[in-house]
Amino acid sequence: MMAAVVTFPGSNCDGDVRVALESVGAKVQMVWHREGSLPKCHLVVLPGGFSYGDYLRPGAMAAKSPIMGAVVEHARKGGLVLGICNGFQILTESGLLKGALLTNRDQRFICRRCHVRVERTNTPFTNLFVEGQVVQFPIAHRDGMFFLPQEDLDELEGSNRVVFRYCAPDGTPCEAPNGALNRIAGIISREGNVLGMMPHPERATLAEIGDSFGTTLWRSVERWIEEAGLI
Amino acid sequence: MNYQISALIFPKRGVLDTQGRAVMGTLVDMGFRSVRDVSVGRFVRLSIEAEDQASALSTARRICQELLANELIEDFSLKEGDLSL
Amino acid sequence: MNPEQVGLDRQEWEHLKGVLGREPNELELRMVGVMWSEHCSYKSTRKLLAKLPKEGRHVVGGEGENAGIVRLSDRLGLAFKVESHNHPSAVSPYEGAATGVGGIIRDILAMGARPIMSMDGLFFGDSDSPKAKHIREKVVEGIGGYGNAVGVPTVGGLTIYDPCYEDNPLVNAFCAGVVELDRLCSSKTARPGMRVVVLGARTGRDGIAGASFASTELKDHGASNKPQIQIGDPFYEKLLIEACLELLNQGVIQAMQDMGAAGLLSSSSEVAHKSGNGIDIHCDRIPLREEMEPWEIFLSESQERMLIICLPEDLPRLSATAEKWGLEWADVGEITDTGVYRVFRDQRLIAQLPVSILGGDSPAKDWPSAPPTRPRPRRDEELLSSQDAADRLRSLLSQRSLMDHSWIYEQYDSMVQLRTVLGPGNPVSALWMRDVGTLVCSMEANPWMCQEDPFNGTALVAASTLRALGVAGAEAMGMTNCLNFPSPEVSHQYWELQRSVEGLAWAARELDCPVVSGNVSLYNESPSSRIMPSPLIVSVGLVPQGEGWLKPNEIPEGAAICLVGSSSGTVGSLYGSLFGPGGSEIAFAPDLERRFIGNAMRTARSGLCLAGRPVTRGGWLSSLVKSLAPLSLGARLDIDWPSPEGYLFGEGGPMAIYFVEPQRVRELAGIWSGFEFRPIGVVTGRATLDLGGCQLNLSDLGSLRGVRG
Repeated sequence: MMAAVVTFPGSNCDGDVRVALESVGAKVQMVWHREGSLPKCHLVVLPGGFSYGDYLRPGAMAAKSPIMGAVVEHARKGGLVLGICNGFQILTESGLLKGALLTNRDQRFICRRCHVRVERTNTPFTNLFVEGQVVQFPIAHRDGMFFLPQEDLDELEGSNRVVFRYCAPDGTPCEAPNGALNRIAGIISREGNVLGMMPHPERATLAEIGDSFGTTLWRSVERWIEEAGLI
Repeated sequence: MNYQISALIFPKRGVLDTQGRAVMGTLVDMGFRSVRDVSVGRFVRLSIEAEDQASALSTARRICQELLANELIEDFSLKEGDLSL
Repeated sequence: MNPEQVGLDRQEWEHLKGVLGREPNELELRMVGVMWSEHCSYKSTRKLLAKLPKEGRHVVGGEGENAGIVRLSDRLGLAFKVESHNHPSAVSPYEGAATGVGGIIRDILAMGARPIMSMDGLFFGDSDSPKAKHIREKVVEGIGGYGNAVGVPTVGGLTIYDPCYEDNPLVNAFCAGVVELDRLCSSKTARPGMRVVVLGARTGRDGIAGASFASTELKDHGASNKPQIQIGDPFYEKLLIEACLELLNQGVIQAMQDMGAAGLLSSSSEVAHKSGNGIDIHCDRIPLREEMEPWEIFLSESQERMLIICLPEDLPRLSATAEKWGLEWADVGEITDTGVYRVFRDQRLIAQLPVSILGGDSPAKDWPSAPPTRPRPRRDEELLSSQDAADRLRSLLSQRSLMDHSWIYEQYDSMVQLRTVLGPGNPVSALWMRDVGTLVCSMEANPWMCQEDPFNGTALVAASTLRALGVAGAEAMGMTNCLNFPSPEVSHQYWELQRSVEGLAWAARELDCPVVSGNVSLYNESPSSRIMPSPLIVSVGLVPQGEGWLKPNEIPEGAAICLVGSSSGTVGSLYGSLFGPGGSEIAFAPDLERRFIGNAMRTARSGLCLAGRPVTRGGWLSSLVKSLAPLSLGARLDIDWPSPEGYLFGEGGPMAIYFVEPQRVRELAGIWSGFEFRPIGVVTGRATLDLGGCQLNLSDLGSLRGVRG
């Protein structure tokens, strides 16, 4: 797998994503936000952190970065794009995904491991999971409350575009730690190639520090690329 | 010529305004029981070089649409002059 | 302008005139006033601190530098330090705490290290007053707000509550960073001809207080009379970190210093002094936010600025990197061979002082010292029935200092950078370091103990950090300390400070762990109260790659519980502060501590135990409950009743709790032969503490489940 990880001013998890991807054998290139083009790659990752300090709105200014033109084009041509945490916020601000991430219900930053249910497995990112599987990913954010107006929310659910949903350890529904509507933790675009998620899969990859559900996500991407004959 | 334009950006009705709700709760705790609603927004003051007031306002509108306001969840209004004075 | 206005007393004034051979002008006087202040010159404590052992087999460098450095491997070192930001946090809790975090991060960066972890020691008032709650909430928000945005994980800390901190909260920020030893950065390596560059934020009036408030400020609509507090911008700091590390990699940085207290003045004079040179600074070249007088420029504490010394031919590369990261920079002067600190404005010389005056030759202060004469009440130690013990334990566990602090640390990103193995809420913090091993850190303070006996108390605080490293299986490499004390001008308070430093030196020598860096914060008091002596110590250790170590939290039902060590008396314990201290006085016993640490290391390496932890605040019963309650487990204990309070709740002696398979208890006893060792019970699957006589329902204890502030 060839991956490009974008670094915006204030991105913190770009290095972590690189480490996680390299641990499964991917070739990774770091791309500065001011570049006009992307290197040849299968997957573009917009990492977590505090691009532009989260000033104005999280992800708002990063969404206007020069590199985003190339990211949009990559997505238009069917390339894979993954937005993690701040990356998810940037995807919604840029219009690649529909929705907004508001400030957490309790107005506080939350960092902890949490359980999510894998709602859909026929995606490039989740094909190695089992539908309904409960996995653990860490969350660390202040603005993760997913929002859409009711009509759009119904449409999102109706077209099966929720990929991860916050849940209790046994998979039953429970309130999202950040108050996200419909407990939505991650969604995919209509075309199925752009995924945004608040939890951090790169933090659940290295065996030395914890869980490896993140590894399953990276391997899913690899498998999809292979089967699509893109290698 | 330099024009001051004030932009007010605030949550759309129907969008959960968690900040406004938190402030409301605190005000009630503090004894301000007559407060019925609080909505927390942003004030942005722009100094724009333009030929005339109208084109300064037009630039300010584009700035709001393209960056300062997320039209999914926010509305904005523009006023000439510096509203903070 | 007279010397008193800048804080110089008669003696200092005469000394200054003597060295200069003349009277200083106003700018020079202000400069000396700040550099000779307690905060910058350590005049009250320099002689005391000289007693601390600084050398050790793991120590690479650091004496006189920003931070101490220990060796992690052939290639890598760890720079670490703890610093206080107490007074600003009392005035403006969010910004005070935030800029405290930012400041210590820059200190680590100034060594050429990438910051990899933070911890915070917080001392708060205990009341429910709106003001106390506000301080607690805002300090925590500030630490999270800054640390999270700047991308440095906050992996541990401690929180202590006592009425004495109500008006005098303490915020001690610790940071550690990894440095490549052949790229170590220093403030000693500036040479004549090199350029002096300011990189980062523009300079404004941050940190300049009270009397200096220009009259124009007061005319601002609604502006308050608060002194200009320092406002931090973690986003800008993140850019600064990345830019500086890139410049370091490019070999552009000859010397670097962070601009902290007294900003430009202290950083530039320190670089000049430590390099043994002079410096010329043109204050008109410094990028400003607003019009400022020269003295304001030099004393400003605007955040997110670094002083960089570089060769003239490297300026273009510096410029390119600064531009990439969107940072401002300016060439503001040069290093000279004159030994003089010269200030120019529009080419006119407006101040000149020997560098040695600013950098280090301030007269040390010797305050009078006398032990306190206040009565130290003691009562006879009680023998407790199981019911009494349960009741007292319940009271103890509802103290804020013992309660679950997840409301605090869940506001901190503890996982960024992918190293955290043990995060906040554990007795130690542990980071996985690729190809090196596991880095283990322990932060401790015990003001109640230090109040009772500053000498033994401080030694025991240092020992408790080393016990924690030993139980985890980490070899101690060095420690850093923050001495939080009230005014040294009161004789018994100076005595307490002296005895505390002496106790720290004693423990560091006896337990072979040098004090590689540190910080002093004095005058922590208000008209109504003063703080207890509150030294805070952080020790850092390493489990080499491939060696076994012991975690505290994988405890299965059915595990046997073994207690090693014992305490007698409740003097200096949290229990003692609640119920009255009784029994024997505290005493640091070096030999006992060494044997404990040796046995603990052997235990950790053996892989024999399922889990283990040191006994800390509240005594072993409290430590046991805090291990089991979060896992919804309980214990059935086999204790002799009645039992002395000191045994159950004392904190003075080295003690640990081990969880081991029942059939391996004898093996463990073998490792601890010659030391107090007792199997005391078994872990059960119900959240109840069965004391054998009565039971305590652990899921009832709300404080253990986390309270919101």
